[in-house]
Amino acid sequence: MRIAILSGGLNAERDVSLRSGRRVAEALRFEIPKAEIFELDLNADFLDSLSSDSFDVVIPLIHGVIGEDATLRSMLELKGIPYIGSSAQSSARAFDKGISAGLVPTGSAPQFVVFPQSFFREMGAPRILKSVISGIGLPLIVKPINGGSAFGVRLCASVDQVAPALVDAFGYGDRVMLQSAVIGTELAVTVIEVDGKLQALPPVEVVPISGVYDFDARYTAGATEFFVPARLNSKLIEQVCAYAILVHVTLGLRDISRTDVIVDTDGVIWFLEVNVSPGMTETSLVPQAIDAAGMNVGAVFGSLVTQAISRDH
Amino acid sequence: MVGNRMDPWVDSYAQRAQGLTTSAIRALFSVAARPEVVSLAGGMPYVSALDSDQFADIAARVVREQGAVALQYGSGQGDQMLREQILEISGLVGVRSHPDDVVVTAGSQMGLDLVTKIFCDPGDTVIVESPSYVGALGVFRSYQCNVVHIAMDEQGLNPQSLREGLSENPRVKFIYTIPSFHNPAGLTQSSERRAEILAIAQEFNVPILEDDPYGLLGFEGEPPRAIRSLDDQSVIYLGSFSKIIASGLRVGWVIAPHGVREKLVLAAEAATLCPSNFSQLVVSRYLAEQPWQQQIKVFQELYRERRDALLQSMQALMPLGVTWTVPQGGFYSWLTLPQQLNATNMLPRAISSMVAYVPGSGFYANGQGAQNLRLSYCYPDPARIEEGVRRLSGVIEAELELVDTFGVNGDSGPTTGSAHTHIPKSDLV
Repeated sequence: MRIAILSGGLNAERDVSLRSGRRVAEALRFEIPKAEIFELDLNADFLDSLSSDSFDVVIPLIHGVIGEDATLRSMLELKGIPYIGSSAQSSARAFDKGISAGLVPTGSAPQFVVFPQSFFREMGAPRILKSVISGIGLPLIVKPINGGSAFGVRLCASVDQVAPALVDAFGYGDRVMLQSAVIGTELAVTVIEVDGKLQALPPVEVVPISGVYDFDARYTAGATEFFVPARLNSKLIEQVCAYAILVHVTLGLRDISRTDVIVDTDGVIWFLEVNVSPGMTETSLVPQAIDAAGMNVGAVFGSLVTQAISRDH
Repeated sequence: MVGNRMDPWVDSYAQRAQGLTTSAIRALFSVAARPEVVSLAGGMPYVSALDSDQFADIAARVVREQGAVALQYGSGQGDQMLREQILEISGLVGVRSHPDDVVVTAGSQMGLDLVTKIFCDPGDTVIVESPSYVGALGVFRSYQCNVVHIAMDEQGLNPQSLREGLSENPRVKFIYTIPSFHNPAGLTQSSERRAEILAIAQEFNVPILEDDPYGLLGFEGEPPRAIRSLDDQSVIYLGSFSKIIASGLRVGWVIAPHGVREKLVLAAEAATLCPSNFSQLVVSRYLAEQPWQQQIKVFQELYRERRDALLQSMQALMPLGVTWTVPQGGFYSWLTLPQQLNATNMLPRAISSMVAYVPGSGFYANGQGAQNLRLSYCYPDPARIEEGVRRLSGVIEAELELVDTFGVNGDSGPTTGSAHTHIPKSDLV
């Protein structure tokens, strides 16, 4: 069996993706010793090498643009190559934070707007910001619509922080979300789907030492404290798990997803985002959930490999 | 209830390791390594200009004919013959010394580390230029030094500011300076300026740590004479083969007054036992057998052509309000952006546009440099440099439009990265 693990890519999450790729490759080599496992970067050579008999299955672990939107997956579908994860169409829905937040169960996404840079330029930023801030209120979160790893994400507690945050966020893409900031317990819930059976793994509670789960907190070992399972009562944990499954189904996702939520002090679950190619690095959330469920990364991806191949046949 | 911090030793690290965290900037540089990106970031010497067959032959003969030495431990101070040859090279910048005063190191970076290790206790002050070499700042930070930046003018380190800095700061352990073709500023101290700086250092009884990796890579005239050529007791001199032969060999050197040298040898032995005998013998044979001065001329010509390509394309393409230094040698030009821009915040847009640079804040220990960036012209060929400048100009224009839309200036608060700009090691030089 020839398995291509695609990692790297050309966006800001390249380094994170390479680490995810190495971790999954290592686990799969142990799990399926007979398989030939190729760790590949996405480039022209890779696209040239793609034919129906080049690989039995591709594992797309490119994070961010191209990897998690429809681009790469459309290409794999065109070439007829089986791959792990959500389809091009559903990935496109999930990846765009504005679209996914609009599709999740009603009322579960904190209030938000999504605007392109040109709108601010042509209509005048002060006018728009005034309406946004009075409508959404402070604190609010500014984030690029199509990024990950907290690149370009800022929490704005005061009016004067919003414009600089937008300048930063627009460095990563042309559309930016301004969203009401919810205070509460931050959780990541992994959903795995094998043989048509959906399973939510134990939610991982994220407590960054600095208070903000930014890039440094995500990828510096020791900078964040994780609790698996989360320190919530069992009923709330059940609700959060059911919610993640509901998001997975509503968006038409497949194989594996990670839904990030905040549970506020009233026990209300708020949707942050969903990832179709979640990070698999040493400090990432999904591997912790897999461990806590008594499974291992190799076995999970091994069964997803088998499933992807049989799905295509 | 205690959570999992993914590192069981997180509470065990020394204080000096506290700053060793990952950062968003560092992650962005991962993309810069892709061939699609024109990297004007890294200071990688253009080693393709070397004859690799020649090196293969030298390496083979080193192992075949001197294997018993090349593959064995060696002297902590470095190979005797190589130390003599080093003096021949240092002589080109006017440095005269005895082979006993030379310590061979794994690149001059190790020399920097060792000098700091033997001089600085936590809290001691080190005076550096403004801006200064990011790799040196990393060393000073890891030894918990108090780094004081001193202003530069078009002739480099400003004497008046240096005098003030020395007056205001007790326990200054040394003045760290890169007098020739400065990294990152691209400036060179005049001979008068060097003498002036030395006189001030002598007056305050503070040694100078002179870092001179680019001294032989000037584009016109004779190489500038090192400060060390004026005083062999007050100046510790760092030299390197990285730019005049090959950085991958990791061979550099320190020339120091004897008391300092003795401590350096002991510190070097404690750190690595000895420098690589294999690398030293390859360098030594190369110097003995090959026309190395000719090769330096090849490098000078190559880098001059690239410097010209950079300056000409910046002249033609850069938006109004962007200024830069004109280097007379070395690898770098230092850009100043219009006041409202922040080079760190602009980096993601640059990476998306397939061009990379090093944001200026990495060259300061005090948060300055937001408006600056360093461009290296040493690695890409002239056509790629022009393309890189074209992309960067577009990025700057787009960023100007963006800040204009939101009416903000360059001081737009922290990015998602940490306060320090951690740059991958390959981009340090």
